[in-house]
Amino acid sequence: MSTLLDIRNLHVSLNIPDGQLRAVRDVCLSLDSGQSLGIVGESGSGKSLTALALMRLLPRAADCRATRMQFQGQDLPALSDAAFARDIAGPRIGMIFQEPMTSLNPVYTIGRQMTEAAIARGMLSGPDARKKAIDLLDRTGIPDPEARLAQFPHQLSGGQRQRVMIAMTLMLDPDLLIADEPTTALDVTVQAQILDLLDDLRRERRMGMILISHDLAVVAERSDKVAVMYGGEVIEQGTSAEVLRAPAHPYTQSLLRAIPHLGGPPGRLGAIPGTVPSLLHPPRGCIFAPRCAHRLPECTTARPPLRGTGDTHRYLCTLDHPPQVRLTSDPLIGSGAVDGAEDVIAASHVTQVFQTRKGLFGPKREIRALDDVSLSLRRGETLALIGESGSGKSTLARIMLGLSVPTQGQVTMLGRPVSEISGTERASFVQPVFQDPYSSLNPRRRLAEIIARPLVLRGDGDAAARKRAVEEAMDLVRLPARLLHAYPSQLSGGQRQRVAIARALVTRPKALVCDEPTSALDVSVQAQILNLLDDLRAEMGLTCLLITHDMAVVHQVADRVAVMYQGRIVEEGPARNVLANPAHDYTTRLLAAAPRFANDAPVPEVAQ
Amino acid sequence: MLRYIALRGLLALLVAFTVSLAAFLLLNVAADPAQAIAGEDATPDVIEAIRARYGLDRPLSVRYFDWLGGVLTGDFGESYYWHKPVAELVTDRADETITLALSALAVTIVIAIPLGAMAALNPNSWIDRFALGVAVSAQAVPNFWLGLIMIILFGVMVPIFPVSGDDSWKHFVLPAFVLGASSVPAVMRLTRTGLIEVMGADYVRTARSKGFRGWPLLRRHAMRNALLPVISVLAVQLGQKFGGSVITESIFAINGLGRLALESILGADIPTVQMLIFVFAIVFVVMNLIADILNAALDPRIRIG
Repeated sequence: MSTLLDIRNLHVSLNIPDGQLRAVRDVCLSLDSGQSLGIVGESGSGKSLTALALMRLLPRAADCRATRMQFQGQDLPALSDAAFARDIAGPRIGMIFQEPMTSLNPVYTIGRQMTEAAIARGMLSGPDARKKAIDLLDRTGIPDPEARLAQFPHQLSGGQRQRVMIAMTLMLDPDLLIADEPTTALDVTVQAQILDLLDDLRRERRMGMILISHDLAVVAERSDKVAVMYGGEVIEQGTSAEVLRAPAHPYTQSLLRAIPHLGGPPGRLGAIPGTVPSLLHPPRGCIFAPRCAHRLPECTTARPPLRGTGDTHRYLCTLDHPPQVRLTSDPLIGSGAVDGAEDVIAASHVTQVFQTRKGLFGPKREIRALDDVSLSLRRGETLALIGESGSGKSTLARIMLGLSVPTQGQVTMLGRPVSEISGTERASFVQPVFQDPYSSLNPRRRLAEIIARPLVLRGDGDAAARKRAVEEAMDLVRLPARLLHAYPSQLSGGQRQRVAIARALVTRPKALVCDEPTSALDVSVQAQILNLLDDLRAEMGLTCLLITHDMAVVHQVADRVAVMYQGRIVEEGPARNVLANPAHDYTTRLLAAAPRFANDAPVPEVAQ
Repeated sequence: MLRYIALRGLLALLVAFTVSLAAFLLLNVAADPAQAIAGEDATPDVIEAIRARYGLDRPLSVRYFDWLGGVLTGDFGESYYWHKPVAELVTDRADETITLALSALAVTIVIAIPLGAMAALNPNSWIDRFALGVAVSAQAVPNFWLGLIMIILFGVMVPIFPVSGDDSWKHFVLPAFVLGASSVPAVMRLTRTGLIEVMGADYVRTARSKGFRGWPLLRRHAMRNALLPVISVLAVQLGQKFGGSVITESIFAINGLGRLALESILGADIPTVQMLIFVFAIVFVVMNLIADILNAALDPRIRIG
């Protein structure tokens, strides 16, 4: 097999007003033709910048240098921009991006966008390009491909647009395909289809592929080699089997422990304490040292050496031997609801109809977002509401929070109709936690004010009592008291989500409604929050309605699960039973689509 | 698409009707037209006579529908001052104003769009700063002042262009430049921000990844998207050119609608003023309708909801 890509000592730095952000440091990657390489890392690890550097798509403010960047034996940095655009970008290396909704030009037809590059390069005539586009759309599983050519991007769904992107990239028959988080923005069932499609196409055409993802499970399933990035460096790489079954770097080990798994009984996740260090001034020693459980004094003073086990497996670590991998995890500490617990919030026969009207004179259209839904949340339990985008789960959450009134049906809180409960009183029944902790906290207020806000609105207690309540809430969510006067911008994503939870808990509500509380967070931070929910169940008997699209999260924290599909609850029951023996076809599909590690791979655990 | 145009057209008609009502009411209720015609020193008898002579003694609603009926048949009444049909007065002078407004718009487009595009493609370069300088000065300088300076520079010091009258194309060069300059800042800045946004858009990155760069990238994937908002603004600007012709035509002694408006306001010639307000408003409405249709033609998200 010939070497397709060989990158040595790639550095990318971004010039920002505060200085130079050294976002990618000393990255070495190589790939044989026909092979697939997975690059895994959390946000800010430099995985996307590495790919953009290869494609010369870096932002203006970026500097990029490497001692070697060869593609099929050709030295890439030696090429002029014009030569690179003509010979490499497109016909040799193709790229698929994360955002299918915005990656196609909204004002041109699918057909024009698919064929233009081949025609402009003189590779194909107009009719031939059209024919090839139809074939490729058909191959990517788009129904009625010929009609699609005349359509515009906004007429297609996200999944279809991503298929169009894939087909468009293949129009030029590239030898290497870079897919940067190709499925992150898509629903779970669509995700699996797109990834399978990419995999099949790669094998069919013997293309090389770089699959970039934050999701280790996604990469593990489909790559020959894996490179794990952290803080701008590749801290470990090797064959997928080596990296996933015998991870040698403490970060890789921790990352694997932080992911909730669908197989086996749920246990405590291995959350990684702390946050990624600033890349403005990367530490002199190991980049992971500040968060590493196995840190030695020399880790912070000297660069870790590149070590290897076997031919292909390389990792950056000061430790002479990789830490032992532990095979068991601690059991969860929280317990679910006792039998016969009372309903805290109950929705019965709720129907929500939205009327929309196109333009001033358009005809009225009815959308049935919820159709005769009954659901109750019992004291002390965590009930997961799972479904894909548009299934109506967030609409139901709003109704159960009492924030909107359903078209039909009613909601009761501890037996009282929600309409009889005033807004301020309702706040002590139920509180929300939202998905994006970056936009749901007021950036101009200090934590003490943010968390105390519900109390102030209710006019509860005096200043001293409020301060005590805030401190208690912060203690519950493990936020150190020294952050009392910090602003949200000074916090990490995980800390912000803790603030959101503290704000929700400060009124001592009977229940929380958490809408995708971890889907905007990195895996290691998600583990912190999921463990926190477990702690809260143990300490205060938290009652929680958890809205999610992630089956593994359901498995990790839920007692009961309700599956929503097209505005109805199609299946409901104890989480263990539903996940083990799904009764509804849709639940089966959701489960089958959830990425998981190959069955024969032992779940690695790290002794701490 | 046809349905969209029909709906927009209907909406435009409604706006036109509202404007006609507003124009009529403003002139007939806010002031007493008979008093205005008669002058300040007129005796009550004279005013009464004028009222009867022009039918101003009838109820407001009757007069409005009488006027509206005339408008629909192209009869805008007779000028109190020139004693000619108003419609004839206006059509006689419309040519000059249309020429002036269109050439002013052309000046705006030719200066603002390339300048904005160059600034967008080289942000924070000398050309960006130069474009910003142009925008700020054009925004700050009043029209009439720029007109006078142009007359001094190119009419008196270096006499290249005539400064008064409307006999040849040369007469329109300076006024068109002066009138066009006032729209340069808005259009230029909008082109710049629009293009900067589009050049950073994901679909432009996609096009780059297919190997497009330079002019083909700009032409195929950025221009249309960036110009969509500019078209709407240009339509409004063209409407303002008609309104702005009042001052510019006076400075350069062009015998167009702007001057007619000025003269008829000074002469309390209510039917003429009424028609001019109506016509200027209709120009705005029609321009916006055209911009809507153009936008729909260029942007499938509007065309196919």
